[in-house]
Amino acid sequence: MDIIISNILSPQFIYTILRVSTPLVFAAMAALVVRKSGIMCIAFEAMMLFAALGGVVGSAYTQNLFVGIVAGILSSVLIAVIFAYFVLVLKSNPVLTGLALNILGSGGTVFALFVLTGNKGTSSSLRSLRFPVVNIPIIEDIPVIGQIFSGHNSLTYVSLFTVLAVYILIYKTTLGLRIRSVGENPHAAESVGIKVVRTKVIALMIGGIIASFGGMYMSMGYLPFFTRDMVSGRGFIGIAAQNLGGGVPIYTLIAALFFGSADAISNVFQTLRIPAEFMQMLPYVVTIIGLMFVGSSNKDSKEKTKKIKEIKGETT
Amino acid sequence: MKNLEKQFKLLRITIAISSALLLALLIILFTSSNPFQTMFDFLIGPLTTVRRMGNIVELMIPLLFTGVGVSIMYSAGQINMSGEGAFFLGGVAAAYVAVSFILPSGIHPILAIAAGGLVGAIISVIPALLYLRFNALPVVSSLMLNYVCFFLGLYVINYMILDPQAGYLASWEYPKSAILPRLFSVTRIHAGVFVAIALIILGYLFLMKSKWGYSIRMIGKNPNFAKYSGIKVGYYILLSQLLGGAIAGAGGAIEQLGIYNRFQYQRLSGHGFDGILVAILAGYNPKLIPLATFFLAYKRTGADIMSRTSDVPIELIFIIQAVIIVFVAAERFLEGWKHKRIVQRSKDALAAEEV
Repeated sequence: MDIIISNILSPQFIYTILRVSTPLVFAAMAALVVRKSGIMCIAFEAMMLFAALGGVVGSAYTQNLFVGIVAGILSSVLIAVIFAYFVLVLKSNPVLTGLALNILGSGGTVFALFVLTGNKGTSSSLRSLRFPVVNIPIIEDIPVIGQIFSGHNSLTYVSLFTVLAVYILIYKTTLGLRIRSVGENPHAAESVGIKVVRTKVIALMIGGIIASFGGMYMSMGYLPFFTRDMVSGRGFIGIAAQNLGGGVPIYTLIAALFFGSADAISNVFQTLRIPAEFMQMLPYVVTIIGLMFVGSSNKDSKEKTKKIKEIKGETT
Repeated sequence: MKNLEKQFKLLRITIAISSALLLALLIILFTSSNPFQTMFDFLIGPLTTVRRMGNIVELMIPLLFTGVGVSIMYSAGQINMSGEGAFFLGGVAAAYVAVSFILPSGIHPILAIAAGGLVGAIISVIPALLYLRFNALPVVSSLMLNYVCFFLGLYVINYMILDPQAGYLASWEYPKSAILPRLFSVTRIHAGVFVAIALIILGYLFLMKSKWGYSIRMIGKNPNFAKYSGIKVGYYILLSQLLGGAIAGAGGAIEQLGIYNRFQYQRLSGHGFDGILVAILAGYNPKLIPLATFFLAYKRTGADIMSRTSDVPIELIFIIQAVIIVFVAAERFLEGWKHKRIVQRSKDALAAEEV
């Protein structure tokens, strides 16, 4: 037990939390932007998988990281656009469309992988590139802080900046205002001349771009190659984090880190005699428990609005 | 008018299926080195031997279970994806009962299937409970639950019924007393097919012809209306998820005891998600489930033959499935055409009245 406590209190453990949380932060931020525009999208899983493969393939064939990034972003945005077309134009049920796209993500990536490499499991035969690891000059020499914050994959830092960028986008820009108004009341937004469908499509595409980095981190940072179904639910955990954070960027970040720590703890406990299966289960169990809290807080806010209306003398 | 609505639905499904097939053929054309032989294997292959036709039926049996289960769950308006976990853990439960107890042959499979159904029911009711009590999104909670089921199942296999001599992750072999009898010598079609047929009939009567089924469907269409008509919404939501999960779990158990001789799944089998596709194609009507299941099983068999005889992988089937789901779910697809037809009809009717 002592070993575990010293493990958890060590700087390496917090370093691990940041490392395993990175894809969750991206997924949660993507979910946040899309959710703000009032769309129920569960297709982040597919976006991330496609980006993970697109990045690997793009960088392997050109040996150019930048081309890899562009390929990854485009693969993810493609899914976002398909989703947008079916849900916004053809009025498909968003949950079923998301489900279908996730099936496409899982099967389509394996299909493409096999056609390209002849292997259904991993892309390890492709010489794909990785995102560089960054050592921050002065901070890396400070004892504990350096061990925690320095030496991460560059995308881990990008993910933290994304939180700030999403905050600015949503609360400080015209586009953000439009996204929020479209999400809260599309008819009111339309009446003041905002193009509802176009705004939603833009929100979905931004979500696709953010999610793509989460996917590329999986195959070009966390691991050096693509493996089938490697996103394994992180897109969904991102949605749960967004729910738990109540749509506020900083709370959503905290929620994502929280789910990440469940993952990190499971890594630490794997050294113990506890069966590995229970540890691997932990992040998902924590997510389910997290959802319970989200749901009940939603109920509270409903009651609050009811009370406010009562005070104002309105009857519902 | 109702007739037109029906025609239109059929047309949409036909277009969905044919465009998916067309896309599949296009993909084959571009990826295969011998595209026409591959297309032949994919489209006609399943009909070429008795064994392959048997394969279609073998594949249909588990999908009939998950298809009916999902139909009941989704009719109540709950997008509950836990059928996947229920099927998997139902199979694990059956494997556990099969391996751990010594029972006479008549009772052994029945008990194993009952265990599978019970486990499935417990799994699938969890997202509904979380939704009713905590207002938690069933889509997300049920998907998370599938991962929990998967690891829980692996734990049971690994620590309780693992056969170390197997050389891979697998349980002990099922004893003869637990295995469902095979019906024909060439194929693996097993006695579970009778249970499946009974299930289709009972599922149809329950969902489309009974008071309970009517209440469940009304909740799915409009929960508020159902509530104000005095239907106990919470009760029926729980009932539908319990039943759906039990059917999926029993299906997992029957699949284990009918097809396999030991538990050897290394990952979630996908039957639960296939059940969703089947249920959507059938419009959540158990009567049409066999047709939808046949289509999917046929394509599966074709894809399987294709992946063995050519250079196109079996994952092509997932692309087809995704395309079918989005088109069938696309309400506005062909809306303009439908609108024109309705206007034309009304005009004709008016003209007829004036004369």
